[in-house]
Order: sequence, then structure tokens, then C-alpha cells
Amino acid sequence: MVNAHTFYAIAVMAIITALLRFLPFLIFKGKASTPPLVEKLGRLLPSAVIAMLVVYCMKDIDFTASASYLPALLASVLVGVLHTWKRNILLSVITGTVAYMLLVQFVF
Amino acid sequence: MAYTLRPMNSPARQAFIDTIPVLTGYLALGFGFGIMLQAAGFPVWLAPVMSITMYAGAMQYVAVGLLSSGASLLTVGLTTFLVNARHLFYGISLLDKFKSTGKRTPYLIFALTDETYSLLCRDNPAIPAEKKKTYYFCICLFDHCYWISGCTLGAVTGSLVSFNSQGIDFVLTALFITIFIEQWQSSRNHSPAITGAAVTGASLALFGKENFMIPAMLVILLTLCLHKGKEDSHG
Repeated sequence: MVNAHTFYAIAVMAIITALLRFLPFLIFKGKASTPPLVEKLGRLLPSAVIAMLVVYCMKDIDFTASASYLPALLASVLVGVLHTWKRNILLSVITGTVAYMLLVQFVF
Repeated sequence: MAYTLRPMNSPARQAFIDTIPVLTGYLALGFGFGIMLQAAGFPVWLAPVMSITMYAGAMQYVAVGLLSSGASLLTVGLTTFLVNARHLFYGISLLDKFKSTGKRTPYLIFALTDETYSLLCRDNPAIPAEKKKTYYFCICLFDHCYWISGCTLGAVTGSLVSFNSQGIDFVLTALFITIFIEQWQSSRNHSPAITGAAVTGASLALFGKENFMIPAMLVILLTLCLHKGKEDSHG
């Protein structure tokens, strides 16, 4: 399972992740203030990206087959309700995942 | 000082207390990653290797899929860029804080995950200015150790106990949904979140699941650049 490609891929992922973390410090090091556009993106982008990633997670769902979308839909609603109610990330994530696993393994 | 009103915690001790929520979260999420990595057929030692070098929660989950499908390095690179692009903007709000952290700064930046970022932003007013850099360093180091431990424990457990792990990848979906709700509730301006979801959904319907992320990211960036109106994203 592990070959040269595995190592190259991990190196690429590690380097790009680090680069993304270092870049703002390298670019804005000596500057007194950050440009307004960058500052605006810094405020607006995080919630847009999280919404994008939620959709990204749904990409493999087949919306024409109920056995594919129902477990994801039910577990997502459970996570949403539980999190709005208790606001405990760990509780919401674990409950939702266990529910999804039970649904795909035993129900659908 | 000869007299203090209450015993002062050392920066390391205070960092440990403040990172306890991350300790439980990283052990559990790391554990899930380790199980997933094992289920995909990778050896146990890959868990510490990835959690030390990459140290990125969501991206490591995505990585399991990329590694087992043998995705091209270009796809791997672009996906990493998209999933972690938010980190570009974390640094901007920490520029001032990290001006006085000296030679430990590179590690602080390397270890800037979502959770560590939120702890550093919150800071702790009880820590005196001259001890801040030790406090920041301990937060970063402790969080990193929790993550490595969680990932490794998960992989070791997965190799010893065999069970049906079908559906465990939902942990990533659940995590993003909770973060989405957190951000939705803490902001008054919901248009970035709606833009992100709508654009990505439309792109997925239009370009299909192999090619939708890059157009989605570009349109989101462009829309946000042109965004006017209420500027307060975080109330």
C-alpha cells in the first residue's frame, strides 16, 4: 500500500500546508498595516470556505438513490439539531458519525 | 514579588489548562483519523508521520482518500491548497502577536491549526507580557502532541481490533457541519456562508465531482472581493 507516491504526496501536502501558514507572515512582515482587500477576505473567507467544505463532503452522495442520500441526510440533521442544542463539537461529531455508521451498516 | 494574592500559574501549567478542550477534541478526532487510515490498509507508522509533518485535521482525513486512490500530485497539491486556504488568513490576525515571540516563531506558525489559532486569538489576560511567548509555545506544542497521540492511538487500535468501519468518513462531514453552525451563530453577516454553499453546490451540479472545486473556489474568491454591505463577519 505504501510506495514512493505515498511519500511524495505526503511531502506535497505537508509543504503546501506549511506554505499557506507561513505566507502571510512572509508577505506582511515589515508592513505597518495589511491591505483592506486582504483584511476583508480574512474576515469573509473562513465561513465561505467551511460552507464549501460541507458541500465538498456531500460530493459522493447519489441524490437519486435513497440508500445513498438518506443516511447522510438523517445524520446531518442529527448533527445540526444536536449542535444547535448542546453546542458541544465533540458530542455532535461522535453522535453523528456513530449514527451514520449504524445507518449505512445496518439500516440501508 | 514577595506577596501575591493568589498563586500564579506558570505559563506551561496555564497553557495545559487552557488546552484541555483541545486535548479531548484532538484525541477523539485523531483517533478517528487513525482508524480510517488503518481501514484503508496503511501501516500504523504512517499516522505519526502524517500528524507530525502535515498536522492538519481535516486535510489528513481528505488525504486518506487521496493516498488510497493514488491521486496525481497535482490533484493532491490543489486539494491541499483549497482545503487549507483558510490558513492564509489566520496569520493576518496574528501578525502583531508574533512580533515578539523570537526564535520560536517558525514553530508557532507551523503549528497554526484551527483550534490552536482560536486559542491564540482568545489569549489569556492572566499571563504577564514577558511570559506570553512561553505560553504561546506551550499551547502550540501541547496541541501538536495531543494530535500525534490521538492519530497514533487510533491507528494502533485499528490494527489490533478489527471492526466494520464503513461510514467512519462521516466524521469529517460532521466536523464541518458543527464548525459551520458555530460560524453561522457568531456572525451577523451570513452572505459569505450562503455564497460558499450556493457556489459550490452549483459548481458540483455543473462540472461534476471530479472538477468542481477549482471553479467554485475562484467564483467564491471573486464574489467575496466584490462583496459590499455589512462588513462585520464576526460579531
